Amino acid sequence: MEALLSLAVKATFVENMALAFFLGMCSFLAVSKKVETAIGLGGAVIFVLGITCPMNQVIYEYVLREGALAWLHADLAAVDLSFLNFLTFIGTIAAMVQIVEMTLDRYLPALYSALGVFLPLIAVNCAILGASLFMVERDYNTTESVVYGLGSGIGWALAVVALAAIREKMRYSHVPPALRGLGITFILTGLMAIGFMAFAGIQL
Amino acid sequence: MSATPSIVGKKEREALIDPLFNNNPIALQVLGICSALAVTTKVETALVMSVALTVVLMGSNVAVSLIRDRIPNSIRIVVQLTIIASLVIVTDQVLKAFLFDVSKQLSVFVGLIITNCIVMGRAEAYAMQNGPVSSLFDAVGNGLGYSLVLILVAFFRELLGGGKLLGFVILPLATEGGWYNPNGLMVLAPGAFFLIGIFIWVLRTWKPDQIEAD
Repeated sequence: MEALLSLAVKATFVENMALAFFLGMCSFLAVSKKVETAIGLGGAVIFVLGITCPMNQVIYEYVLREGALAWLHADLAAVDLSFLNFLTFIGTIAAMVQIVEMTLDRYLPALYSALGVFLPLIAVNCAILGASLFMVERDYNTTESVVYGLGSGIGWALAVVALAAIREKMRYSHVPPALRGLGITFILTGLMAIGFMAFAGIQL
Repeated sequence: MSATPSIVGKKEREALIDPLFNNNPIALQVLGICSALAVTTKVETALVMSVALTVVLMGSNVAVSLIRDRIPNSIRIVVQLTIIASLVIVTDQVLKAFLFDVSKQLSVFVGLIITNCIVMGRAEAYAMQNGPVSSLFDAVGNGLGYSLVLILVAFFRELLGGGKLLGFVILPLATEGGWYNPNGLMVLAPGAFFLIGIFIWVLRTWKPDQIEAD
């Protein structure tokens, strides 16, 4: 239990997807102009990461990993499909996003219209694929991957909402013309990354 | 296809040169930033990443452009993703076979070329409408534009953060009997953000037409 809590804190703050690993930067910069849209996309990312990370973990464990197919037939024990993981993961993510979209549309139309355009965009958000690849690299089990997926999703959402809030205030400041827009956003993100580095020593 | 007899017409030349400064994928189109920041702590990894991305981009642009009239519009994203993912798998296997150390350092970021918006973005925005030859030039141009930023950022991060370039000592470190005190910030994540911010600042001061209205 303690290990899981520590993993969640690590995924959310210490190894923040956006600020420490630069993942999901494209949408991070694109949607951080308004707090409202940032909250929408942040919510969608938490949701999709929490589902796809354990999904991919299960697929990797029982289909792709070396010797994973042994449960099917003893002859398949030597098969190693792990080189297919990119293709499989991106397929799973795209399919999951589609299923989540359809389910939400059917059962939770309010949430669906709130997330709206952001759901399909998530399929190509590198934070989602990145989480699955990190999961493989660090050998998480299913429980850990649930915690890791949710934790890193929350971390990403936190960072994007915070940046959007700062950028809304930035409108009242006098920024050098050549630095306006993208340039100042990078410098802001850098300052936020320094802030998040303060969490580095936390151990639970 | 362009009507000009020579294979490198005006359109191809523009497709090749434009992405370097006028329409840089990172600084203006805001594409492919994730990997640009993460692999730039050393020049070596940045170089390998640039080559890997350019190769994938060339392959995907040509492949998408060749079959662009046969892809049904509703499933084009899936088709593009499959082409890109297959190319990335090949690249990853080649890196693992011949450059194992670098491939370990790049860790998940080779795989993340799949979701690198440059590859998707150029396939969607250029290769779907243009012939294979000009798509190839567009791919090389965008790959070079990406590489330019990547190598510049990596140059400063490795030089200021560790006093080395490609592993050779340029500024002898104070801890090893030299005079240079390394700037540790450069190696960490914030340093990359600041450098890209400054790069965009310099580029837009030089080319004021890229300044955003907001």
